[in-house]
Amino acid sequence: MTPRTWAAARDRLAFPLVAAIEVRGLERRYSDEVLAVAGIDLEVSEGEIYAFLGPNGAGKTTTVRMLVTLLQPTGGTARVAGFDVVREAPSVRRSIGVALQEAALDPLMTGRELMRLQGTLHGLPSDEGRRRGDALLERVGLSLAADRRVGTYSGGMRRRLDLATALVHDPTVLFLDEPTTGLDPVSRIAIWDEVRRLNDDGTTVFLTTQYLEEADHLADRVGIIDNGKMAAEGTPGELKSQVGIAHLEVVIAAGESAKAGEILERFGVPMPARDGRLMVGLPRGAADVAPIVRALDEAGCAVEALELVQPTLDDVFVEKTGRHLEGAADQQHPEQQPAVEEPVSG
Amino acid sequence: MSAAAAAPPLGARMAGEARVVAALGRRSVRQAFRRPQFLAPIIVFPTLFLAVNTGGAGRAVDLPQFPPVHGFLDFQLAGAMLQSTMLAGVSAAISLALDIQIGFVDRLVAAPIARASFVLGRLVATGVLGLISVLWFLTIGLIFGAHIAAGVAGFVVVLVLVTLNAIAWGTIGAALALNTGSPSVAQGVFPIVFVILFLSSAFFPEGLLLEPAKTIANWNPMSLIADGLRDPIISDLSLDKTLEGLAGIAIVASIGAILCARGVNKKLRSA
Repeated sequence: MTPRTWAAARDRLAFPLVAAIEVRGLERRYSDEVLAVAGIDLEVSEGEIYAFLGPNGAGKTTTVRMLVTLLQPTGGTARVAGFDVVREAPSVRRSIGVALQEAALDPLMTGRELMRLQGTLHGLPSDEGRRRGDALLERVGLSLAADRRVGTYSGGMRRRLDLATALVHDPTVLFLDEPTTGLDPVSRIAIWDEVRRLNDDGTTVFLTTQYLEEADHLADRVGIIDNGKMAAEGTPGELKSQVGIAHLEVVIAAGESAKAGEILERFGVPMPARDGRLMVGLPRGAADVAPIVRALDEAGCAVEALELVQPTLDDVFVEKTGRHLEGAADQQHPEQQPAVEEPVSG
Repeated sequence: MSAAAAAPPLGARMAGEARVVAALGRRSVRQAFRRPQFLAPIIVFPTLFLAVNTGGAGRAVDLPQFPPVHGFLDFQLAGAMLQSTMLAGVSAAISLALDIQIGFVDRLVAAPIARASFVLGRLVATGVLGLISVLWFLTIGLIFGAHIAAGVAGFVVVLVLVTLNAIAWGTIGAALALNTGSPSVAQGVFPIVFVILFLSSAFFPEGLLLEPAKTIANWNPMSLIADGLRDPIISDLSLDKTLEGLAGIAIVASIGAILCARGVNKKLRSA
């Protein structure tokens, strides 16, 4: 639904729609011992990209499955597009697009057949289903492969097809469960670009991810979940600012460290040196880097290396949970990670 | 409620569900033809079994108490068609279990369609495969000298009974898949089909079976279906036998439908 049609639909409502997704005390218990989601609260505004970040087994997929009506909550309430996920499940299903973690595609069908079937499932007339299916295949770059069986598609092609099927009925809210897990960098960027375009068109996007970079790049707001509980929530900037300021790490030629340390102190908060690197916290961030370099140069301190280190969402995760997000060290090379499936109990 | 989410009127909803069932049925039939291992049990195995049985045990018709038939092939056709449709049910179970395993059923459950539609789509496909099966067996039967004693009317009755039986066994297959979610378990049921058939009048007259097989066959609903199906092939059309066949199919379908409903609810509660 475009912003204009959303607004038109909202205008017809007898009550104001405050959030695209509104979750209060949502809980899913599998047994006395297994509490997969332990009473979370969250709210996603219309037109927002919200990233649900957490390690495997944190409760991300269980939460999504409850929000898309695939799983009944055992406690709390959730409203999606203004509808209760339990009492108004059919209306929720008409309003949402869903691309689940496994890219649930029939390998024996062709891409075009799957798009048409998806159109029929969402009640589109044949002609419109065909037209929208073809347009979406074009949009995700699968026109040439449209008549090939899905079983012959690469992982990236499957994800793009899955995304296209989720869009066939022009949903108001789009749920993407780990949309880029296991993809190569090119495919990941293609998915990110498409998610941004969709969001520009007014679609609210709720995505789960275990990639810090993905949450940081794509999301307007991030919710961090760990052991079924919300550990933190906010914009990436807000969250990072909660755990500190950017700091500068400087390697100075031997014998000049003391003098350089004094200079650095003038610009920020001194931090203990580590591995021969002088460190200083910079309240103004990058704005202080050039003056520091000039001051060091004027004082005759030879700078051998210099790095401005921003707080990361992993720092936030460590701050809130006391441990690193799984795989955080591999964020620069996510394509090397194996596809990970979160257990149902997660 | 947004315009996109407003529930359509009942008539439009029914028409929409019919389109969904037809689309899912088409997909399942296409799936069977694209995965030959699903088609083989429906056509190839029962055909080979029919050929071996007819060729090897043809003189059984000379046994006392054997019902009067034109030939052993006429008698065996019902068994072959029952075997084919029961295996179509097992194939449907494997396909649906695979759909559950790869998450395709989640795609259907997350769509605004009636929960029953994805099961009905599968049943429509099983019915179509049953129709293909009956046409195949009647054709090869006629080519190799079988007769349909009740003529065109008998042909139509056989067509209807076999198709309905395929759908009934489709419900058993769907129930199996929904309750276990495991293609391996569904595949494991394969030999049980033969046990159920051998403990009925599908391949041999009930009166010639030894105890306890005779008593079991007497209670086995497949005997009702086999006798109802065989009747128009070997004798004039009899309403009693046709109704018996329909009753047997209703028993199987009822068991399947109850287990299916249980399976769907289970799947939705604990997915």
